[in-house]
Amino acid sequence: MNTLIDLEKKINSELTTKIDQSKILHNQLYIDVNKDDLIDVILFLKTNKNTKFKQLIDITAVDYPEKAQRFKMVYLLLSHEFNQRIILSYYINENEVINSLTSIFPAANWMEREVFDMYGINFKDHPDLRRILTDYGFEGHPLRKDFPLTGHSEVRYSEDQKKVINEPVKLEQNYRNFDYESPWEGTKYIKDQTENNDKKN
Amino acid sequence: MTKKIKNLNLNFGPQHPAAHGVLRLILELDGEVVEKADPHIGLLHRGTEKLIENKTYMQAVPYFDRLDYVAPMNQEHAFALAIEKILKIDVPSRAQYIRVIFCEIGRILSHILNVTTQALDVGALTPSLWGFEERETLMTFYERASGSRLHANYFRAGGVHQDLPAGLEEDIAKFCETFPKILNDLENLLTDNRIFKQRNVDIGIVSKADALDYSFSGVMIRGSGVPWDLRKSQPYDCYDQLEFKIPVGKNGDCYDRYLCRIEEMKESISIIKQCLSKMEKGPIKSQDGKITPPPKKELKQSMEALIHHFKLFTEGYRVLKDEIYTAVEAPKGEFGVYLISDGSSKPYKCKIRAPGFSHLQSMDYLIKGHMLADVPAVLGSLDIVFGEVDR
Repeated sequence: MNTLIDLEKKINSELTTKIDQSKILHNQLYIDVNKDDLIDVILFLKTNKNTKFKQLIDITAVDYPEKAQRFKMVYLLLSHEFNQRIILSYYINENEVINSLTSIFPAANWMEREVFDMYGINFKDHPDLRRILTDYGFEGHPLRKDFPLTGHSEVRYSEDQKKVINEPVKLEQNYRNFDYESPWEGTKYIKDQTENNDKKN
Repeated sequence: MTKKIKNLNLNFGPQHPAAHGVLRLILELDGEVVEKADPHIGLLHRGTEKLIENKTYMQAVPYFDRLDYVAPMNQEHAFALAIEKILKIDVPSRAQYIRVIFCEIGRILSHILNVTTQALDVGALTPSLWGFEERETLMTFYERASGSRLHANYFRAGGVHQDLPAGLEEDIAKFCETFPKILNDLENLLTDNRIFKQRNVDIGIVSKADALDYSFSGVMIRGSGVPWDLRKSQPYDCYDQLEFKIPVGKNGDCYDRYLCRIEEMKESISIIKQCLSKMEKGPIKSQDGKITPPPKKELKQSMEALIHHFKLFTEGYRVLKDEIYTAVEAPKGEFGVYLISDGSSKPYKCKIRAPGFSHLQSMDYLIKGHMLADVPAVLGSLDIVFGEVDR
C-alpha cells in the first residue's frame, strides 16, 4: 500500500458506488464523490488503516455561474503516514445545504465558515456558522464570480455625522478590465509540421 | 447572603501589542482563568484571492509577498511551483539554489521575529533589539537581490527575476559565519532563563492527535513530536540534494516550539552554506521565451524578443486548463496554493492555504483553563501574522 495507484484501486473497490470518478495527476489523487456519502467517505479515509488521511488541509469552493450545478466543493486531505494527498470534490446547486465536517475534523470549523462567508454555501450541523473574514454587517459573498471586484459599498469617516459610515462605491473612473487575449496563435512553423508528419508516417 | 458571580467578557485587541497584529479576541474570564476565547479575524482582509482572479499570473506574484509579510519569498515559491508543475517548466539549477537560499533567509527572518517578540510578550526586551539588527542585515540581502526590503516580487515561474548582484554571495556567506554567535547570545538570554521558562514551559500543550485534528503544520506539529517537514517528505526544488535535520519537540508546549525554532535557524544556516558552495554560474530562469521575458538588450535588436515582451506584459502567458494543489514548508507551516487554471492568462481560482489560519482557530482549545497572562505567550508561540490569516 504505497503508491497512489494502489490507493486509487483500494478506494474504488472499498467505496464503489460512493465514488463517481477518480484520476491521478501531479502526484495527487483527485476523486469525485457522491455528495450524500461525503461523511462516509471522509470517515473511511480518516480511519482506515491503509489510508490514514488524518489531516484536513483545506476546504474551499469554486464558482461556475454558467453551470447548472453552480458550486464545486473541494476538500484537500493529507496522510502523513503514507505521504499522500487526496482531493475530493463534488458539485452542488446554489441553495443546497451540505453536511458539515466539524464532528470529524475540528479544523473544519473555520474553513467552512470561510466558504460560507465567501460563497454563501450553508452547512448543516455547523456549531457556529458566522461570517469570518468580511466586516461585521457585510452583505454579499465576495468570491462569487458575479460579485464585482470593487465591491458594493465603501467605508469612510463622516465628519458631519462624527462616525464611520458605509456608502455605495463611487468610482472616479470605471474599473477597466482590458481584454488582452488575442485569438492569434502564432505561426505554425514548417519544421514542426514536418516533424508531425514524420511521426504520423 | 449569596453573591451573584458573573463571568467577565474581555476584549483583547483589535489594537493590542501582544496580539501581533489586528486580532480581536473576546475572552470569557472566570476570575483570571480563561473559560472561552473567540477570535474575530478579518480586520486585515484585503480580498487577495479575488484580486488574483483578476490579474495575470505574473501580476499575481506581488500579492503573495503581502500575505506573510515577515517571510515574503516563501509564499511566492508556492505559487511559482504551482505554475511550473502545470506548465512542466524546468527550473535551472542556479535558480533553484537562489530560491532555496532566499526561502531559508525568509525562515530565519520569520523565526527571529517570532522568537524575539514572544520573549518581548513575556517580558524580555533585549532579544528583540539584538534580533532586529540581524533581520535588518537579512533584509538588505533581499533588497540587493530584488530591489526591495519586504515586498520582493522576486520569484517567477521558471526561476527568479534576476541574477544575484556581484558580492552578494560573499556577504551572505559572511553572515552565515557571524549569525550563529548572535543566535548563541539569544539562547544565552532565553533558553535557561528562569522567567522565560516559567512563562512558557507546560503552557499551551498540544498532543499529537490534536495537532493532526486541528490541521497544524510546521513548528506547531513538530513541537508536538511529529517529524513532518515538507522539505523532507515532499521535496521541491533542490531540497532533496541538501542535508539538514528536522528538529522535533517532545512536550508540545510553548517552550518546545521555541526550541524548535532556534534549532531550525541553525539548520537554515547550514542549508544556505551548502547552497552557496554547490551553486554554479548559469541561467537563472527558464529559457522559454513564451514564459520568461527577454533580456532588455535584445529588445532593440530582435523582432521576436520584442513580440514576446509585448505579449508577456499585456496578455501574459497562458496556463493550460488544470487543477493543482502545491504546498511548501513556509516558516509558519504548510503554505499551499490550490490553483485552477482555465487556459487563459488569469487564474480561474486561487485558494491560498495559510498555516496561521488553522493555528489561530485552535486558540479556544489551547487557552481554555489557562490564565489571562498566558494568552500572549500562547499567541506568541502560534506564530500568527495577520497578513496570511486574513488574506
